[in-house]
Amino acid sequence: MIKVLIDGKAGAVKEGATVLEAARMLNIPIPTLCHHPKLSPFGGCRLCIVEIKGIPRPVTSCTTPVTEGMEVTTSTPALEDLRKTVLELILSDHPNDCMLCERAGDCTLQELAYFYDVKENRFAGERRIYEKKDGNPFIERDMEKCILCGRCVNACEEIQGVSAIDFAYRGFKSKICPPYEHDLNCEFCGQCVAVCPTGALTGKGWSHKGRQKDIKEVDTTCPYCGTGCGITLHVKRNEVVRVTSKESGWNEGWLCAKGRFGYSFIGSPERLRTPLIKEAAGGFREASWDEALEYAAKRLKEIKEKHGPDSIGGLSSARCTNEDNYLFQKFMRAAIGTNNVDHCARL
Amino acid sequence: MKNKEIGIKICMGTGGIAAGGTQVMEAFTEHLRSSGIEASVEKRCSMHRVGCRGLCAKDVLVDILIDGDKTTYQYITSEMVPRIVKEHLIEGAPIEEWTVGEDYHNFHRKQVKVVLSDCGNIDPEDINAYIAVGGYEATKAAVKSMTPEEVIDIIKKSGLRGRGGAGFPTGLKWEICNKIQSDHKYIICNADEGDPGAFMDRSVIEGNPHAVIEGMIIGAYSIGAAGGYVYIRAEYPLAVERLKIALRQARENNFLGNKILGRGFLNFDIKIKLGAGAFVCGEETALIASIEGRRGMPRAKPPFPVYSGLWGKPTVINNVETLANIPYIMRKGAGWFSSYGTEKSKGTKVFALTGKVKNSGLIEVPMGIPLREIIYDIGGGIEGEKALKAVQTGGPSGGCIPADMIDIKMDYESLAQAGSIVGSGGMIVLDEDDCMVNVAKYFLQFTQAESCGKCVPCRIGTKRLLEILDKITKGQGTEDDLKLLEKLGSDIKSASLCGLGQTAPNPILSTLKYFRQEYEAHLEGRCPAKVCRDLLTYSVIEKFCTGCGACKRVCPAGAVTGEKKKPHTIDSSLCIKCGACFDVCKFKAVAKE
Repeated sequence: MIKVLIDGKAGAVKEGATVLEAARMLNIPIPTLCHHPKLSPFGGCRLCIVEIKGIPRPVTSCTTPVTEGMEVTTSTPALEDLRKTVLELILSDHPNDCMLCERAGDCTLQELAYFYDVKENRFAGERRIYEKKDGNPFIERDMEKCILCGRCVNACEEIQGVSAIDFAYRGFKSKICPPYEHDLNCEFCGQCVAVCPTGALTGKGWSHKGRQKDIKEVDTTCPYCGTGCGITLHVKRNEVVRVTSKESGWNEGWLCAKGRFGYSFIGSPERLRTPLIKEAAGGFREASWDEALEYAAKRLKEIKEKHGPDSIGGLSSARCTNEDNYLFQKFMRAAIGTNNVDHCARL
Repeated sequence: MKNKEIGIKICMGTGGIAAGGTQVMEAFTEHLRSSGIEASVEKRCSMHRVGCRGLCAKDVLVDILIDGDKTTYQYITSEMVPRIVKEHLIEGAPIEEWTVGEDYHNFHRKQVKVVLSDCGNIDPEDINAYIAVGGYEATKAAVKSMTPEEVIDIIKKSGLRGRGGAGFPTGLKWEICNKIQSDHKYIICNADEGDPGAFMDRSVIEGNPHAVIEGMIIGAYSIGAAGGYVYIRAEYPLAVERLKIALRQARENNFLGNKILGRGFLNFDIKIKLGAGAFVCGEETALIASIEGRRGMPRAKPPFPVYSGLWGKPTVINNVETLANIPYIMRKGAGWFSSYGTEKSKGTKVFALTGKVKNSGLIEVPMGIPLREIIYDIGGGIEGEKALKAVQTGGPSGGCIPADMIDIKMDYESLAQAGSIVGSGGMIVLDEDDCMVNVAKYFLQFTQAESCGKCVPCRIGTKRLLEILDKITKGQGTEDDLKLLEKLGSDIKSASLCGLGQTAPNPILSTLKYFRQEYEAHLEGRCPAKVCRDLLTYSVIEKFCTGCGACKRVCPAGAVTGEKKKPHTIDSSLCIKCGACFDVCKFKAVAKE
């Protein structure tokens, strides 16, 4: 363990830990925008600068590893002044339309602007304007709100292994975009949306469905596959308007396209409410559960008697639990008497 | 002219070729053959292309050596070759009016050439020419009879510091890398010379590529690297070509490859990686990212590349000039090298002397030489006998040294104290016609456009600095803007991630420090140097105007009116202030205020 002294508080951290990690362990707040605990350090936003005894210039705490006996100061008038300059610079190139933004109330940049009391902007000037909208079906990409913290780029590369987006252009015109500025055409896992600290990346389906302050969060498990990712349903007026995942869950907050964006079936009017039985004349009719189960049992028996058990095969779903799948194969083998049983995950 | 040894050396660096060096060489080949001179002197005339010798303004430069007696011609074109062959080579009478004058000799007199000693003297495309002047002796000595530690000791004692700008002691860097245990280590030559107006590294590689390669081999031996890269701009095609030839020749001579010079344990080879024109890739972590195939974007240090560099392995990155010094230090000794320079800045430094100086070109001077000697002795003073205003050193990361500090010593410490840097060695001379606000704006436009965009202070901060400067040059600035420039400039320096952002405000801060009155004049709507277009008005001085109509014809905005042979007038509401009328008027009848 390495000993460190941060703002007079002593602590011990593992070798390789950064100053920021050590400070968080000691409950000392340091503002950041580009840092994300699950991604490699970026060091771009410059808000987490601290002073370290023996180093002449401020350094970013997110990139600096703790060394034995290091003495760190996280807040001085000079540091806070620099932070305010940086924030003002970011906001001088930001739409500042929080009143209309999906992420209002749930935005790190907005929080920091509030705490640092950025009202007047000394650096007001040209702002990046992008006319083109990304036509992909899932992710709203409002690059005028992008602060180029690089979290989305890192998540796409390090977590998903896709690298669908990267930094393009130079200087003030730098921008994060897919190759050749085409519409995003990736797996749409939405990890980028999950890590974005501003309103630059949101779900297309989120629009005007309700902001975070009015949301009731319901933690549950994703029903799509046997992986069983922890998800959080964002519910407004009894409607699921957004799905997120908590970093503390075993899937560390990462989801796939279905889990993150495929929630519209929940409230869909086309959703089945009763079993349906196919009629001889064609078409389906609604039935009760008792009737449907009796019908299925009767037909299975008939087929088994007439054609033998191996004329029947069973295919179960990855959306069932392990227990359900166990029971299903047991049913096929013991009750029907066949080994013709498989699972869609193998296909 | 019987039995005379005749040698012809033609300057064929980028400057020489641009001035027609290839044609001059062809003309010599042709006329040597047709004149039958080789038969008449009973010897073969040797002809060599050589690299840049500094005074590019006088290209094509040609040396004629007859039994070692050297005559240098300037401004040579292919049409002049027949007369040189006839009168000088055959009849033995040099053509006086074409030879270089006193200024050529003055240009070289105060220079001390180490890195450039063989540039302009040997054929850069012939390894034997380099070997003939002692090349690869140092490699042989090091590899065959010295330990890596002994080599490092010599470099440390020489006091050589990195010539790329930061001035880190080279021997120390090698020593750190030498001591790290690792299965792979790398040495990289940083030839991504991107400062506007800088051409030191290009000229060294064009003129003497083997010196750089030899420096890398000795470095690789010292640190234990098996892999080397030269990261060079694709915009330097001649340097790349000569480097490729040199690498091939070095491999053929077993200075590179497996079992170098028969030493079983010593394997080292060099690859060329072409840069795609991003200035920031001169920053070492961005350079590494670029070699790795990623976007050239700097990362925070530590870890420094010497601990974790290319593909996470210990990596030494040295600048071209640093490496080119190594063979000479090894051959002539640490004591010889450290006899030049100051206490803390040893050896010589190559500068690209440009701007309003008479002799612009590539120079090499001992560290610590007073700036005055560079400008007035080597550079021959200011063009048109105008007044020196300032000298910009260190390119876009540097600052301006005002004329009254011209006795400043050119070394790392003195320049840093004055708010500038040695940098990679750009040196731009500014005279009374240069507007310092405009100069600052020029450099900021460059750094702003070349910022990688990763960190906020550099990406947005430099943009805001530029906007404020733009406002000032349009006469819309206020006293508060000057304070904001200083405040924002200093914050960008403190908060930026890499050297680009940390130094980008230097051109503004140094001009604000030394030329604040020029900024203040702009606030009042005046540009004292008459450069900033929006603050100028053009008018016709009636008594000088002959009514020739030249200005009327050239004006793109139709702002000039007047009858023939009568004084014309300029309508200031239509004038776009392009200055075409001012430039075209032969009678000085257009006033610019």
